Amino acid sequence: MEKKEYTLALLVSNKPDVLARVSGVLGGRGYNIETLCVDATLDPAYSKIILTTIQDKATIGKIEKQLMRLIDVHKVTDLTQVESVSREMILVRMKLSDTNKGHLALIIDTFNGRVITMNGDHCVMKITGDREIIEKAVASLKPLGIDDMARTGIVSLERKIN
Amino acid sequence: MALVTSGPGASNTVTGIANAYLDSIPIIVLTGQVPTHLIGTDAFQEVDIVGITRPCTKHNFLIKRVEEVAKTIHEAFHIARSGRPGPVLIDLPKDIMAAVTEYEPEPPRKIEEESPRPASKKAFYVMDLVAESKKPLILSGGGVILGGASEELRQLAWRTKMPVSSTLMGLGAFPGSDPLWLGMPGMHGTYYANMAISHCDLLIAIGMRFDDRVTGKIDHFAPNAKIVHVDVDASSINKNVMVDVPIVSDCKSALQSFNALLEQQNFSVTDDQRREWTEQISTWKRENPLSYCQSDTEIKPQFVIETLYKLTKGKAIITTEVGQNQMWAAQFYGYDEPNTFLSSGGLGTMGYGFPAALGVKIAFPDKLVVDIAGDGSIQMNIQEMATAIQDNIPVKIVLLNNGYLGMVRQWQQLFYGKRYSSTDMTYQPDFLKLAEAYGWKGLRATKPEEVEAVLQKGLAAPGPVLMDFRVSREECVYPMVRPGGPIHEMALGREMAN
Repeated sequence: MEKKEYTLALLVSNKPDVLARVSGVLGGRGYNIETLCVDATLDPAYSKIILTTIQDKATIGKIEKQLMRLIDVHKVTDLTQVESVSREMILVRMKLSDTNKGHLALIIDTFNGRVITMNGDHCVMKITGDREIIEKAVASLKPLGIDDMARTGIVSLERKIN
Repeated sequence: MALVTSGPGASNTVTGIANAYLDSIPIIVLTGQVPTHLIGTDAFQEVDIVGITRPCTKHNFLIKRVEEVAKTIHEAFHIARSGRPGPVLIDLPKDIMAAVTEYEPEPPRKIEEESPRPASKKAFYVMDLVAESKKPLILSGGGVILGGASEELRQLAWRTKMPVSSTLMGLGAFPGSDPLWLGMPGMHGTYYANMAISHCDLLIAIGMRFDDRVTGKIDHFAPNAKIVHVDVDASSINKNVMVDVPIVSDCKSALQSFNALLEQQNFSVTDDQRREWTEQISTWKRENPLSYCQSDTEIKPQFVIETLYKLTKGKAIITTEVGQNQMWAAQFYGYDEPNTFLSSGGLGTMGYGFPAALGVKIAFPDKLVVDIAGDGSIQMNIQEMATAIQDNIPVKIVLLNNGYLGMVRQWQQLFYGKRYSSTDMTYQPDFLKLAEAYGWKGLRATKPEEVEAVLQKGLAAPGPVLMDFRVSREECVYPMVRPGGPIHEMALGREMAN
């Protein structure tokens, strides 16, 4: 069966151990988590975990059911199956030189990024976008000398009110 | 319930917990833990038991404040028994156990509400399928026994005249002496159960999870059947076998709604309507019954179990170890009532049967409790022979002693050219002397004609008795489906007999 990246949103209890239980369901079966985002919901008793994993359709269904067996997992939504919006953010630290500054300004402008801090020979900038945009941005920045970067992984939300 | 100390005490529970997890057995394990201020410091006898047991418990807790104790214990019992049951572990640091707090009782939660019920539309559909089917079959599992639904299963089978096969964990839900009974399916299942599965046009699977030992090669499993699958655990459905009618429900509710519909529709089926199917099954039963080759000189292990069945009239509660002894106990003893056969199914844990027998005997002091064991398995927990004397628990051990880890030896014989590796157990204790050393009565039979007398004497003796049967060393369990093979292709063992 054809594999693709699925985005799952999990409503879980905001307790120690819950993330380990969730990652154990995938890891124990040899499945990799590609991206992961966690924070408390409006109600601090609950957290939302958004993770992505590359699977075929049958396997993602089994993973959802196995996750639902966990006592601390209250709801699992496959955001790939509903209309949803997704964003990712990266922070990139760039080495600055007379030769790359002009090109860098152009890239920041193209990807609607912003410089957060600048200090003589380096700067830290952020870019937000869907996965495709972020991949393109990274590819454009790479030849200019990325010193280091951090990616949030995907956050995703259903477009409509249920 | 189990109560153990920290560190090795806790880590020694892991196999038992994994065993309960795979067989959906509700247990609560209380483990000691180092004091809260020492957690995470590699303190003496500290292990992260919550971390270790995370993938083999239904849920587990680490208690950090004494105020959480009451609530957590209530919750643990609820979780262990509701839905698909399973083990729950509570890790209790030493300072929490010694702390004092005021107990505030919580209203008990109702478990039944948690169990989903089948939509009535689906129940209607299933009953339509039953009405149309010419070759129906019920395949029940441990869920029927755990859910207390054996009576409802019997009603359904008798009213619709559907033959019944049960998995290892499901034995006893349907009477082993009933004409509709087909025996266990799968790798060491009966010829006729496996043939019935392979030829049925409707398979109603209830409270079972299509384990690979049951299905064999999935592509050839019940190829002509519409499959209805009732299970309380949604993740069990469409996991191994894709089914036509998935029903997430506890077994009792589902069976009750099926039976209510039959009543409402005044459903009846004549013997004539079932004739073709019944005759086909009878033919299979006649052609290849469960059998073995009796000997004048050697004790056949199957003969020991048959004789045990005859002498106890099927009224004993049987526990088993794991391996050949377990399969023969499943094949050659008939179970008429639920919870009269206790065995380690999913995990296949050698050493299960004897401590299980002790527990059963404490729960049912008036019942005869017999552990059917092998000489390998019994030595996994043999130290509990002292417990039986200490706490006065008169259980019986029927030891099928072949001086091998027999099931592994059987695989080495059949699939690895008789290259026996680490399965020969010729050097083992003298079990008679061992029994005496523990204060037990020990009996031994070495010839077929001694079997009945030893069993009679051992079962009649008031205290705990170990009966050492020196059985035919290289007897194999048949029928056997080769691992990964389709279940209609069975080695029946006749070629071995000659």
